[in-house]
Amino acid sequence: MTRRTPPVPPSSGLVADLDVPGRVRATFEAAPGAVVAVIGPNGSGKSTLLHALAGLVEVEGSAFLGDTDLLRVPVQERGVGLVFQGQLLFPHLSALDNVAFGPRSRGVGRKESSALARDWLERFSLGELAHRRPGELSGGQAQRVAIARALATEPQILLLDEPFTGLDVSVQMTLRIELAKHLRDFAGVALLVTHDPIDALTLADTVLVLDEGQIAQMGPPAEVAAQPRTTHVARLVGLNLVSDGDEQITFTPDAVVISLDEPQGSSRLHWHGTVATLAPHGDAVRVLVHAGPHLLADVTPAAATELALVPGRKVWLSVKSTAVRRHACR
Amino acid sequence: MRDRLGRPPALLLVPAVLATLLLLVPLASMVLSTNWAALPEHLASPVARSALRLSLVTSTVAITCCLLLGLPLAWLLARVDFRGRSALRALVTVPLVLPPVVAGIALRTAFGRTGIIGEPLLAWTGFAFPFTTWGVVLAHVFVSMPFVVISIEGALRSADPRYDAAAATLGATRWTTFRRVTVPLALPGVVAGTVLGWARSLGEFGATITFNGNYPGTTQTMPTLIYVTRQADQDAALSLSLVMLLVSIGVLLALRDHWLGTS
Repeated sequence: MTRRTPPVPPSSGLVADLDVPGRVRATFEAAPGAVVAVIGPNGSGKSTLLHALAGLVEVEGSAFLGDTDLLRVPVQERGVGLVFQGQLLFPHLSALDNVAFGPRSRGVGRKESSALARDWLERFSLGELAHRRPGELSGGQAQRVAIARALATEPQILLLDEPFTGLDVSVQMTLRIELAKHLRDFAGVALLVTHDPIDALTLADTVLVLDEGQIAQMGPPAEVAAQPRTTHVARLVGLNLVSDGDEQITFTPDAVVISLDEPQGSSRLHWHGTVATLAPHGDAVRVLVHAGPHLLADVTPAAATELALVPGRKVWLSVKSTAVRRHACR
Repeated sequence: MRDRLGRPPALLLVPAVLATLLLLVPLASMVLSTNWAALPEHLASPVARSALRLSLVTSTVAITCCLLLGLPLAWLLARVDFRGRSALRALVTVPLVLPPVVAGIALRTAFGRTGIIGEPLLAWTGFAFPFTTWGVVLAHVFVSMPFVVISIEGALRSADPRYDAAAATLGATRWTTFRRVTVPLALPGVVAGTVLGWARSLGEFGATITFNGNYPGTTQTMPTLIYVTRQADQDAALSLSLVMLLVSIGVLLALRDHWLGTS
């Protein structure tokens, strides 16, 4: 039980070529210290990708960290820290024992493990709560313990599966700032599954977009936000994305005009569809319309009332050609 | 008796009340028929005390064996995917539905003096199970094991296997995970299964008497004593039965949080 992964110098990045048949197929590289935000719609394979790296699902291919192919290393010795969605803190153990669990399992003595765990809890300002059970912690506290538990094993790779899901917005904000700090201190590769573009923009230096089990796009956050290649990412960053001939165009929801009659004029940029949802968005009302593509439009509450917008209503959408950005399709 | 969907229909209510009476009346009448004046004398008799002691000891030893062997089997059935798992689970259930007398006969063919295991065992060690206290323990283990395995397997199954995965990513071997995560998480169910198995063992009659006979001091447990006492002294049999009823109620109380729920 004292086996440990041979320490890999922090200079080695991750070179992965993963294939979970029928679920996800991804080839990517990440430099040491990189934080990769994995985004994509539900069922696009984000969690599967993480679980494949951690060794919890059958996967073909390779994942090289230096000279070591992680996929050939048993889960227990892989040195991959996974923060599960929903934390999965052991409910019968105190916060301290949860964090000490990893070092203890890796053969570190009881006292030393406890000291290590206490140190990690202090770093997350949780020293006072060391003896509480997970059930006695708030969501944000439990998430901190979960991250501390993963980091306490000194992993080469840190995987975070939707770490902010289910937390209050204010808790998300503070935790995001804290996590940013810990990720800066983390020398290995970190992968962060998220559905919030804020996470991708503030925490990550690379965004990996998964769509139907494939990598749709990978690059720096600003680049992905500026030129989203899937509607999901476009929607995430608040943009509409439509194919127009052999080009893709993007435009913001506030550039879209809603009318009940077919718009007159020369612009080809109009669509007919059904209102799907309406939601407050700042001072405006954000309307999702199922036209040919699914489109977002921001209108004033007055306009929404005047047009009697309700789900199911047929409407026309149009956008001025000066308000769209064009990207060549690759 | 009345909820938003209306009164329970008589067609269901009447049988339900009958079922309750059928279960409760014999127990109540047993308590009412007990000769309380003679009770201390009946329970103080050396034969009764010896049988009660033997019952408690053999049941406790038996349940310990069941737990040592049955918990790993339950874990295997709950956590390891292998060919023939459902067949094995069905096999484990067989003694549960087998008439205990048949279980006693089956044990004879295996562990009797001329049995498949019993004969070589006797040749090598000079020891044979039948008609010994160890034979009683063996019979108890055989009939109680299914209870223990099935109920603990259920408890282990309801413990989220993702905790096992979490433990593995933290570096824990399967043994460490079993010890520090799986069993502690399933502990209430494990305890319930153990108590249930112990109670089953305490009441065991058919397999024990078939395999071991009924010798005071070595193989005569409470149920077999009650059976033979009843033929000579109805009152004494009632007194002994009352003790067993009290033990059963004790078991129920011990399990009430688990079964009757605290909600």
